[in-house]
Amino acid sequence: MRTPLYDAHLAAGGRVVDFSGWELPVQYSGILHEHRAVREAVGVFDISHMGEFFVSGAGCEAWLDGLLTNDVSALPTGTSHYTLMLNERGGVIDDLILYRLGAEEFLIVGNASMIDEDAAWFEAHLVDGVEVRNASANYAALAIQGPKAAAVYESLFGTAMPEARNRVVRISKDFLVTTGYTGEDGFEWICPAEDAESAWRRTLDAGALPCGLGARDTLRLEMCYPLNGADLTPEHTPHEAGLGFFVAMQKADFMGKAALEAGRANGLSRRLCALQTIEKAPPIRPHYPVWIEGQLVTETTSGALSPSLGTGIALAYLPAEFAKPGQEIEIEVREKKFRACVRKKPLYQKQP
Amino acid sequence: MNVPENLRYAESHEWILVEGDTGTVGISEHAQAELTDIVFAEPPAIGKTVAAGEVAAVVESVKAASDIYSPVSGEVVERNAALDDAPGLLNTDPFGAGWIYKIRLSNPAELEALKDAAAYRSQIGV
Repeated sequence: MRTPLYDAHLAAGGRVVDFSGWELPVQYSGILHEHRAVREAVGVFDISHMGEFFVSGAGCEAWLDGLLTNDVSALPTGTSHYTLMLNERGGVIDDLILYRLGAEEFLIVGNASMIDEDAAWFEAHLVDGVEVRNASANYAALAIQGPKAAAVYESLFGTAMPEARNRVVRISKDFLVTTGYTGEDGFEWICPAEDAESAWRRTLDAGALPCGLGARDTLRLEMCYPLNGADLTPEHTPHEAGLGFFVAMQKADFMGKAALEAGRANGLSRRLCALQTIEKAPPIRPHYPVWIEGQLVTETTSGALSPSLGTGIALAYLPAEFAKPGQEIEIEVREKKFRACVRKKPLYQKQP
Repeated sequence: MNVPENLRYAESHEWILVEGDTGTVGISEHAQAELTDIVFAEPPAIGKTVAAGEVAAVVESVKAASDIYSPVSGEVVERNAALDDAPGLLNTDPFGAGWIYKIRLSNPAELEALKDAAAYRSQIGV
């Protein structure tokens, strides 16, 4: 599958790879260069492959509150929050951003790889009066991220970017939201697919550097933002993933709540930990074995060379007794073990 | 795209410069451009013996690890230790300071199976 910006990516020198069925650029000018641009200036990512669902109708707030972990009733109009959709066992189906557009009108943005599963889950649990419209094919989206993103926003829209995170601004058919997946200031621009090329061109003209999936992954991993399908799976709960903040256990009920309560009562057996190498090592990658005290305990779920820190970084589900900052571990690369350490999240602190 | 005339090339994009019974091995400019930013290199240990076509070294970009295949058989007599701290030499000077290892050829006849500059140019379409 291709986004509406496929030709624009080739024109910008994008190196296109397969990403869960989507032909998307892994890089243009180089992952290290693009990573640095987002940390120090501003970059733009094509995120048109992500899923967009519009939810409306009387009772849809309560319906969403029963299906998602975060507290929808506490979400003011014009704002968004991170939330999770769980199965009955409390495992993660998808992690989503929920935007409230009105009293009974919402936009959900989910992962590209999960569009069909999300749609099927909504359909299977639909109630009378609630309408869910899968608009994924009709919308494109750009993520404009970095300390200079506010300047791009102002030059594009002639008004200041909201200072607060998670704000939703509607301009005709477009949605501008101060969210992102990089740990930097910035916004995401959701627009009709037919307007994507013009939005892309205008964003580049305003000074943003085209950035690909490679930098998107290193930036999010430095922040320890989980990637669904790698760090989040139907076999792991949000509490194990360290996402309890986004789970409103005080809600009367929601899908997966009973399983989460049982899991917490028994004590979590494993936690998703941030790891950093403490000796010279090859770049850490997903599925590398993790050893503690001579025992193979797990494997990395994500891993990369951190361009900002200059060390290997990774995420892995460690047995709870080892899930504490300072715990020494070893990561195996090509049958050699390299010393690493559990760190506090996030691995990278935004520069003041 | 630079493809020096005095080298022989493997289809898997390694080059070898033969002087006497010893060859210096690296990767081509085309290969480094395809691999992009190289952030880690693991040249072979001195004394290691490799057969032609076997994995002799590993280089890694931010996104992927790539095996480097020995274009000839023999014993490794030198490794480029400069790559331990400056793997980017593979990008900036692939035919010079970015060499990976030197090998004493055990079967110089294997060189005949490698490509000359013209044949390699045609392989990579330049």
